Amino acid sequence: MKDGYYSIEQVFEIKAWDFASAGEASSQIKKILKQLGIDSTLARRVTIAAYEAEMNLIIHSIGGELKLKVTPQSIALTAEDKGPGIPDVDLAMQEGYSTAPEIARELGFGAGMGLPNIKRCADRLNIQSKVGEGTLLEMYFELKAG
Amino acid sequence: MKEYYHSVTLRKDKCRGCTNCIKRCPTEAIRVRDGKARIIAERCIDCGECIRVCPYHAKVAVTDPLSSIERFQYRIALPAPTLYGQFKEMADLNLILVALKKLGFDYVYEVARGADYVTAFVKEALKDPERKRPLISSACPAIVRLIQVRFPELIDNIVEVDSPMEIAAQLARTEFCEKFGVKPEDVGVFFITPCAAKMTSIRNPVGRKESSVDGAISIQEIYGPLYNRLSKVKDEEVVQMASPFGVGWANSGGACLALGIDSYLAVDGIQNVIRVLEEIEDEKLTDLEYFEGLACPGGCVGGPLVVENGFVAKNRIRKLAEKARGRPVPEDDLQGVVQRIQWRLSERILPKPVMKLDDDIVEAMKKMETIERIYETLPGLDCGSCGSPSCRTLAEDIVRGYASEMDCIFKLREKVKQLAQEMIELSEKIPGGNKEEKGRSEPS
Repeated sequence: MKDGYYSIEQVFEIKAWDFASAGEASSQIKKILKQLGIDSTLARRVTIAAYEAEMNLIIHSIGGELKLKVTPQSIALTAEDKGPGIPDVDLAMQEGYSTAPEIARELGFGAGMGLPNIKRCADRLNIQSKVGEGTLLEMYFELKAG
Repeated sequence: MKEYYHSVTLRKDKCRGCTNCIKRCPTEAIRVRDGKARIIAERCIDCGECIRVCPYHAKVAVTDPLSSIERFQYRIALPAPTLYGQFKEMADLNLILVALKKLGFDYVYEVARGADYVTAFVKEALKDPERKRPLISSACPAIVRLIQVRFPELIDNIVEVDSPMEIAAQLARTEFCEKFGVKPEDVGVFFITPCAAKMTSIRNPVGRKESSVDGAISIQEIYGPLYNRLSKVKDEEVVQMASPFGVGWANSGGACLALGIDSYLAVDGIQNVIRVLEEIEDEKLTDLEYFEGLACPGGCVGGPLVVENGFVAKNRIRKLAEKARGRPVPEDDLQGVVQRIQWRLSERILPKPVMKLDDDIVEAMKKMETIERIYETLPGLDCGSCGSPSCRTLAEDIVRGYASEMDCIFKLREKVKQLAQEMIELSEKIPGGNKEEKGRSEPS
C-alpha cells in the first residue's frame, strides 16, 4: 500500500444512557492523536467534537458507534446511530436548542451546544438524519501539509 | 546534557526492581530492566511521586548539603512556606526564621514574601481580558513540566509571572547588597526546599535562562540542626515579613485564597491535576478564571522532602496564618519591584511531545497498528512484571525497540510450555530413545 493512502481506523461502541463510560471514547481518541503526533491545536478540536458526538449518542440515540479514521491528509470522525433520528436538523444546529430530557440536564448536559460546537471545531460537517431510521454525522478535519 | 538534568535519581544498590514506582509515575517515565528501575530522562518531570512510593528508598532527590553554603562569602536562606509547618508546638513564625539564620546565614528572606508579590502580579494579569482562561499557576515546577509533556496545548494558559522562589531570590539579593554594600556575586542564595522539582528548576529552569538561586537544601537535611536551635533562640529581631496569605501558599488553595477571586479551582495530587487539565484541554471548564495545580498531596506541605506528615503540617500552617492575621505587613511596592527584578518569565515554555510514536505520521500510524496487534496478544493484567507499567506500555516499548514480547512472563510461560512440548515430541521421534518406557507398556 502506498504511504499516501495509509490509514488507521478505530471504532467505539457507544451505549445509550451509559454515563459511567461517558467521555472514554473521546479521551482514547485524544490519546491516539497525541501519539500520532497530530498538531496539538487540531487534536484538541477533534477531541472536543468527538466528545460532543459521543455525548449525543449517549443522551439522544438508542445506541451507536463513533469511528475515527486517520490518514496522512485528514481525520474523519463518524457518529452513526440507529435512531430515533432528528426531525429538524436546522433547528438542532441552533445554539441553545436542546431536546435533552430533564435527567440529562440535571447532569449538566443538554445546553444545546453540542452540534454547534461540533460545527465550530470541524472543517466540514455533514448530517443525514431520518426519523425512525437514525442519524449519520460525518466530521472532517484537514491535516496541514508538512 | 543540560536539557535532561534531574533532581530525582535512582540509587541502584537499593533498588529491588519492584513495580511500585513504574505504576505510579504520571508520565510513564520509569521501567524496570535487568532487575533495576530506570528513569527515562526526557519524560521525567521530577514530581517526586516515585520517591514517595518507593519502599526501599531507592529513589532520591539530589539536593545540596548544608555545608555547601560555605563556598560563598555571604549566604541568604530562602525558606519555603512549608518549613513553618514542620515543628510541633511552634506558634511563632519569626522564631523559626531567627533560628534558621543562626545555622550560618547572613540574611533570611521568606519565599512567602515572594509569594505576596506573585499574588499582586497575577491580580494584574487577571485584569487582561485578552488572556486565555483559565490562567494556570506557574508556581509548581512539576505541573509546568507536566503541561510541557502531556498538555502542550495549555502552555499559553500558564501565567507569565515567575515563581515565588525566583522573585524572592532576586529581591533578597538586591536588598542584601544594597543594605550592606556587597557585590552580588559574593552572595549565595539557598532555597530551603520541600520539593525535588524545585531543585531541577534551579539547575535547569523552564521559562527563564538562569535561576537566581544558587542551591537548594532539603527540609529533611536542615530539620535536625534547626530543631536543636529552636529551643535556644530568642525573638531578637524581626525577620518575618510575609503576609498570612503568603504563608498560606504552602497549602493547596493558598495561592487562590490570596488572589481573593471567586472563580478559581485548586487541585492537589498529580493524578487529580491530570484529570482537571484534561477537562481544561477539552474546554469543559470555560467559566474558570484561575487554576492552581500542585503535584503533591495537600500542596507543597506534602512534598517529598519534608519531615512532618503533610496533613498535620497543612493544619498547622492554617493556624499559623490565621494567628499572623492583623499583624502589619509591609506594602507591596510593585513599581519599585518591577524596576529591580525580572519578575516575568522571559523564555518561551516549549512543548515536549515525548509521547508521540514517530515524527513521520505514516510511520507513527504503522507503529500504532503494530502496538494494537501486540496488545491484543498480551494478557491485559497490567501486572508490571515485564518492567513496563501496563500491557499497553509494554506493547509500545516493544515497538519502540526497548523491550521484547518475552519480557511478559505469561508469554514466556506459553513459550516455555510450547518448547517443552516440542522437546517431548522430538524425543519420541529419536529411534530407541524411549525403549525402556515402550518395553514396559507393551505387555498390557
